[in-house]
Amino acid sequence: MNDAARLAQLAISPSGFVFDPHTGGTFTVNATGRLILEGVRDGLGLAALTRHLERRFAPGGADLERDVLEYVARLRENGLLPAGFELH
Amino acid sequence: MHLQKPVVAVTGLNATDNPGPGVGVIRALRRDPSFAGSVVGLAYDALDPGLYVEGLLDAAFMLPYPSVGRDAWMDRLAYISAQVALDVLIPNLDRELPALLDQEACLASMGIATMLPTSAQHDLRAKAQLHHLARTAGLPVPPGCTVSHADALYGIHERFEGPLVVKGAFHGAEVCHTVHDAVRAFHRTSAEWGMPVVIQQYAPGEEVNVCAVGDGRGGLVGAVPMKKLMQTRSGKGWAGVTIKDAALLELAATFMQCTQWRGPCELEVRREVDGTLHLIEVNPRFPAWCALTAGAGQNLVSAVVQLALGLDPGTLPPYKVGTAFVRVALDQILDISALESITTRGEVLPSTEWTASAGLPSRVEPEPS
Repeated sequence: MNDAARLAQLAISPSGFVFDPHTGGTFTVNATGRLILEGVRDGLGLAALTRHLERRFAPGGADLERDVLEYVARLRENGLLPAGFELH
Repeated sequence: MHLQKPVVAVTGLNATDNPGPGVGVIRALRRDPSFAGSVVGLAYDALDPGLYVEGLLDAAFMLPYPSVGRDAWMDRLAYISAQVALDVLIPNLDRELPALLDQEACLASMGIATMLPTSAQHDLRAKAQLHHLARTAGLPVPPGCTVSHADALYGIHERFEGPLVVKGAFHGAEVCHTVHDAVRAFHRTSAEWGMPVVIQQYAPGEEVNVCAVGDGRGGLVGAVPMKKLMQTRSGKGWAGVTIKDAALLELAATFMQCTQWRGPCELEVRREVDGTLHLIEVNPRFPAWCALTAGAGQNLVSAVVQLALGLDPGTLPPYKVGTAFVRVALDQILDISALESITTRGEVLPSTEWTASAGLPSRVEPEPS
């Protein structure tokens, strides 16, 4: 199964409950996390994701690129993203 | 035989923290809206919790332990069938199966149908034999062997990569990282379960399980994979969820094909992150969590009853991914009189207030001499 197919399977509820039907794993994510996870699933790149976050949450001076990359690393660690997945 | 309202006998009512599958089997059957039959519980202990679950059973009988011998077991079954006209028997305990396999003619003479493997099929998946399936059928079984003396363990690292799993012929498994651990485990295991002791190379990955039914001709009737979300200290699933994995279903189909398996079984599998599967055990019966198959829309228990009765269950519907179960331990409150009949007479018949409402057929009267 390729990365896109694997990500497309994730069930992400509006409340932030995530179910991975392949592993059976369940997770909870906050609104920011859900936006990133859905963005990655939908194929957005790093620049598009940070723009999305800026529009939605107006975070001020935060280093959004670094935060997103760290979060993507957490998703990889938890098996929600394939081990070799890189966000560009 | 009562095809419309079959009387189904079920064992394994010991719904403890290491539960027998009986309660799950019956709950699955009761979930089938087309099931209009009755369920007879067969217990080994008057305190088997499944005897006292409200609405579960229509009648109940005590059985002698399988260790008493096949004749005593069969005599008791014949008596029970004479009382309540059994149509189908679903045995759910590993220890019962050796006495029942290849006994279709005897059981049929009592009017009882089963959906069980032959003893040859049963032996193929025995813990002591399973590693042969890797060679003969290409199934992904970790390398293993059997040993009958602890001395054999001192050179075993030359054959297998560690760690090792030391298993009893029927139950029990210990992961061992050193030879000394393995020797200790060997002595514990052999003392409890006898010889031989099974040695299996440890398979990495997360544990996933598949409840599956074979048609006895190499076909897969249905299969539902599950990932445990919570386990007891002994590794029994206390919560789980159905998962989507075509490779697991393919593995189940391959197992059915190469063994011609007839009836239910549970495949215990380890799955690595890259999807590599290791078949570590096959249990020759329904797992305790089999009610999940009914909850997920693919009622494998109902299919087995139909197959035993010679009916075609047809193509089973797909199971719903993301259907979960969470087990519960609760206290069933009873008047002490509830134990009276099962304790003193070894049976509770439908005439008592204790039964559910499905209604067994009338007791079979003895033929006039």
